[in-house]
Amino acid sequence: MDSTTKNSNFKTEEYQINMGPQHPATHGVLNLLLTIDGEIIKKVEPDLGYIHRSIEKMCERDSYQQIVHLTDRMDYLSSNINNEAVCLAVENALELEVPERVKVIRTIIGELTRISSHCLWWGVMGMDVGALSTFFYGFRDREMINDIFEETCGARLTMNYNVPGGLMLDIHPNFVKRVKKFVAHFKTKIPEYDRLLTQNVIFQKRTKGVGILTKEDAISFGASGPVARASGYSCDVRKYHPYSALDKVSFKESLKTEGDTFARYQVRIMELWESLSIIEQLIDNIPEGEHRVKTNAVIKLPKGEFYQKVETARGELGVYIISKGTKNPYRLKFRSPGFSNLSLLNHIAVGGKIGDLVAIMATIDLVIPDIDR
Amino acid sequence: MTNGSLQHSISSWFPIPEVEELADSKEQHEINEISEENIEPAIPINSSLLEFSQEASQFLNITVQPEQLYDLMRLLKTNDQTHFDYLFCLSGVDFGEELGVVYHLESTIHRHMLVVKVKTSDRENPMLDSVCDIWYTAEFHEREVFDFFGIKFKNHPNLKRLFLTEDWDGFPLRKDYEDTINMIVK
Amino acid sequence: MTIDIIINSHLWFAANTAEGSLSILEMVVIALIYLGIFSVAGLFLVLLERRVAAWFQLRVGPNRVGFQGLLQTMADALKLVSKELTGTSKADMFLYNLAPYFVIISSLMALAVLPFTNEFQAFDINIGIFFLIAISSIGVIGVLLGGWSSNNKFALIGAMRSGVQTISYELSVGLSLLTMILLTGTLQLSEIVDVQKDGWLIVQGHIPAIIAFMIFMISGTAETNRAPFDMVEAESELGAGFHTEYSGMKFAYFFLAEFINMFIIAAIAATVFFGAWLSPFGITESIPWLGVFWFLGKTLALVFLMMWFRWTFPRLRVDQLLTLEWKYLLPINLVNIVIMALMVWLNLIIRV
Repeated sequence: MDSTTKNSNFKTEEYQINMGPQHPATHGVLNLLLTIDGEIIKKVEPDLGYIHRSIEKMCERDSYQQIVHLTDRMDYLSSNINNEAVCLAVENALELEVPERVKVIRTIIGELTRISSHCLWWGVMGMDVGALSTFFYGFRDREMINDIFEETCGARLTMNYNVPGGLMLDIHPNFVKRVKKFVAHFKTKIPEYDRLLTQNVIFQKRTKGVGILTKEDAISFGASGPVARASGYSCDVRKYHPYSALDKVSFKESLKTEGDTFARYQVRIMELWESLSIIEQLIDNIPEGEHRVKTNAVIKLPKGEFYQKVETARGELGVYIISKGTKNPYRLKFRSPGFSNLSLLNHIAVGGKIGDLVAIMATIDLVIPDIDR
Repeated sequence: MTNGSLQHSISSWFPIPEVEELADSKEQHEINEISEENIEPAIPINSSLLEFSQEASQFLNITVQPEQLYDLMRLLKTNDQTHFDYLFCLSGVDFGEELGVVYHLESTIHRHMLVVKVKTSDRENPMLDSVCDIWYTAEFHEREVFDFFGIKFKNHPNLKRLFLTEDWDGFPLRKDYEDTINMIVK
Repeated sequence: MTIDIIINSHLWFAANTAEGSLSILEMVVIALIYLGIFSVAGLFLVLLERRVAAWFQLRVGPNRVGFQGLLQTMADALKLVSKELTGTSKADMFLYNLAPYFVIISSLMALAVLPFTNEFQAFDINIGIFFLIAISSIGVIGVLLGGWSSNNKFALIGAMRSGVQTISYELSVGLSLLTMILLTGTLQLSEIVDVQKDGWLIVQGHIPAIIAFMIFMISGTAETNRAPFDMVEAESELGAGFHTEYSGMKFAYFFLAEFINMFIIAAIAATVFFGAWLSPFGITESIPWLGVFWFLGKTLALVFLMMWFRWTFPRLRVDQLLTLEWKYLLPINLVNIVIMALMVWLNLIIRV
């Protein structure tokens, strides 16, 4: 709908507003400079750096065990998976073989983290489009996972349970029982989520056909994770470069082709089901063994370059280490999924309305500390 | 495609000019030095301006000179056999004496991966070609590299600092960066 | 007994004051009584909303201050009164101060014509419904003034959206009420209730009345800028919409006006569709003062319905909002009027 008339007596002016950095819809400290004409968005320019903590520079000074602690402040919603990324990079560089038990437990905890992140995402998605009650429903289920983590890993948000060489401590005796109870409980809740939001006509009208991302654009913008999979680009790192126990489980990759906001929403709901299925396949057969392999107290990676990819809840996280054989990395770069996903915001939000921008940002699922590092 | 075949096809795009016409003579050594290639002629497959390596890394590494960077990148994306359409990591590195950028590429069709490195020894005013019209994701990543290392990219639509404030002095991720207030050195 | 006190005090006043000033004095007293009751009622509505919202969201809501939280909004009101009245320096001060008064005055004026029982009605004019619709249109001026004079882009966007929305949905409110007027033949509220003595209007005019009721609830929710039509104050987008720059007592006026508006819409629906203070099948006909409780019961049930909408549905985007009104509700409304007219003419009404 072209709202600006071509009548030269009736000129409209574009104006700029700042959305953020403190704003209920931007999921963190992100400042968006919007150039708007009436209600139509002409340009979106993200203004980053409000939570930049120079993690990469700190990594050049810290030892590898300390670096693991820095990673879970990056994308704090999938903190376990971030820790796993660095631990895997270090273990692959040292050619250290971790026990099967460790791999299986790492995968279970990784998938629980993914479910917890998607629960929070779902709650916030509903809240952003206006259904405020969904926030509480999403958090109610997330609390159960947080309790499991608190018992086993010791913390609810920044776990640091993975260390180079294995896990910090063995799992709590209640772990298996509680996870099974959670899986049974959550399977009754996802249909409730569907009835509340997915099948709601107003929600569908807000999200269908909004913010379409084609497959070529998704690849060119470096999108990964559910954002890219909703456009038809099959890129699940768990399938193409499996790590830990992921090559032993069978799961479907959630793919959709429409590339609009509703497709991104549906991909994440499908991922919830897949994660539950992965946990079910692994939870009954955790092999016995050691929970940790001894490494030196001072870890020195051999000279060379190492790259490790993992699939966090937001997409593909990459850890790129250049080591000169000393106890600190020479250069450590985190390829964060949110950074590339944010760059496509301008491309898909232009031409839509402010309400569309909010819905699009909710489905791209940005966590700003992940972008700013 | 395997690393060997990748190397073979890519190296054929940038042959060293006039090397085939010269006999094994001193002039060839001179021309080799002029064309900035520094591998001994004893290695047979190296007949190109690019430097290939597979040691100390899990991928095939190509080191390219700044002049050929843009052409190489464009060919890597458009050529059907390589088809590297997914740039998944663009990192700036301070190599000690030189500044450089490392590109990690992947192909969504053939699913092979490649690393391209480019270095420039000019630390005062480093300039490299921008690849953001080949891969749109490079726009943000190059801004980050400019912010932290100071490497400027030609033809970049919006080269400003990304994370740090506009009036920040210096480039923090360089090895010779000193900041007594913000940095804690062990 | 209360009526006796009122009649006695009326007679006492009449005996002790001059002729002309009696009616003015009466009006002032009644106005003050209404103000008192409804300010407090507005506060209790806020508390009700918070408890209902908490119930939907699996939590408890305020229950500490006073018995079951009954004094919570008193505490909030005290806090608001004691707050610093901020204002931006570049705001247009006269309009900025004037805007909340438009909103609160138009809400309170509409309360004057509601029939609580057959004797308890402050102002029974013969154009009751028309008066109500006209008064509720004045509120939109306050919103536009408030948004524009704040000198804040977000507030302006919110105010513009609200203006457009309110003007559009007034049509549907008016037309759906018009559908019911065809059944009663009069605009006067007490006579509308009299007509309903043989069956509530929603029963009398079965199908078109039910459609009219649904349209009225949808448009009424949109008139008061409540979810799912609260784009105006979409908290997750614009901060707070047109009342971003207001604080303290002026913010309290906007806030209170929203709840009183909600009450008014529910009260109009209860009066026109559900028979105001009439009990179903006349079971408590003999105790006339119970009518207040029936009236309040029906109104609060409809208020609960509006709150249910708010906490369940996502919100519609601005252009979808307007499409709903102009492309769907308005044609349905017009067809509905024709159907109702046919029904009245052919005498197909159900009389209980």
